[in-house]
Amino acid sequence: MACVNTDGTLTQSARSVLGAAREPALPEEIASQTGLPLYRIRSSLRELHDAGLLEAQLDGRYRLTTAGSERIEID
Amino acid sequence: MPEETIAQQPVGLPRLNEPAPAFEAVTTHGTIRLSDYGGSWLILFSHPADFTPVCTTEFIAFAEIYPELQQRGVDLLGLSIDSVYSHIAWMRNIEEKTGVQIPFPIIADLNKEVASLYGMVMPGESKSETVRCIFIIDPKGVVRAMIYYPMSLGRNMQEILRIIDALQTADKHQIATPANWKPGDKVIVPAPKTTEGAQERMKSGYEITDWYLAKKKVEG
Repeated sequence: MACVNTDGTLTQSARSVLGAAREPALPEEIASQTGLPLYRIRSSLRELHDAGLLEAQLDGRYRLTTAGSERIEID
Repeated sequence: MPEETIAQQPVGLPRLNEPAPAFEAVTTHGTIRLSDYGGSWLILFSHPADFTPVCTTEFIAFAEIYPELQQRGVDLLGLSIDSVYSHIAWMRNIEEKTGVQIPFPIIADLNKEVASLYGMVMPGESKSETVRCIFIIDPKGVVRAMIYYPMSLGRNMQEILRIIDALQTADKHQIATPANWKPGDKVIVPAPKTTEGAQERMKSGYEITDWYLAKKKVEG
């Protein structure tokens, strides 16, 4: 998992992606905000979505779930 | 079906101007799908093995042209039949010994899934390693160029940049590029397909050798 370290904590890039999705955002907007390449953002969004930390909206934007918000606070 | 026919069934290979085979793979940057590169140009390339001399010189060379590729909207994705731990150790070793940081991901294709999809293993060269393949995939996911090099021959980065420039110029201006073309050189106007078109071509303002060979300058 590129978003979660082997000790269970979130990686720096995963925290950046989650932080950029506090307000609903498109993958391209998250890439621009974090400075990470778009392919990494798409890969991370998939992983964070599967982990229940992000949810996908019908308009293609991603936003933090309650679990995602709590996870950012913990990490 | 006779046995020899079964044995000779061709391995599926990507074809020019057809969609690149889709995949999901473990890389040094996490799990990546081909579709994650949608909207960008991608160079998918394979190398025989980590911690080998020719491959090391190539990775340093790929890292050197990476900024130029980024300017052209091109991403790089490497592949070999090694583990992700081997890739990480090799990348760290390259940085430690040469100061060069490898900025792009590398697929750890231990089960040869992607290598098989793209025909990267040439048994005449090696049954267990990928040869030096390059697949240039456009923003729509279509294979636009393929190059295969033997294991003993390190790739020419300037030729890779030239191919990208030629493909992007061709797409932008609907032209073709002559032998040894480089950015700034005149390009070829596609040959007319009718007798009327051939007659009109001779009166055009292009640099004309004959009706079927005409060149012009293009911007960028």
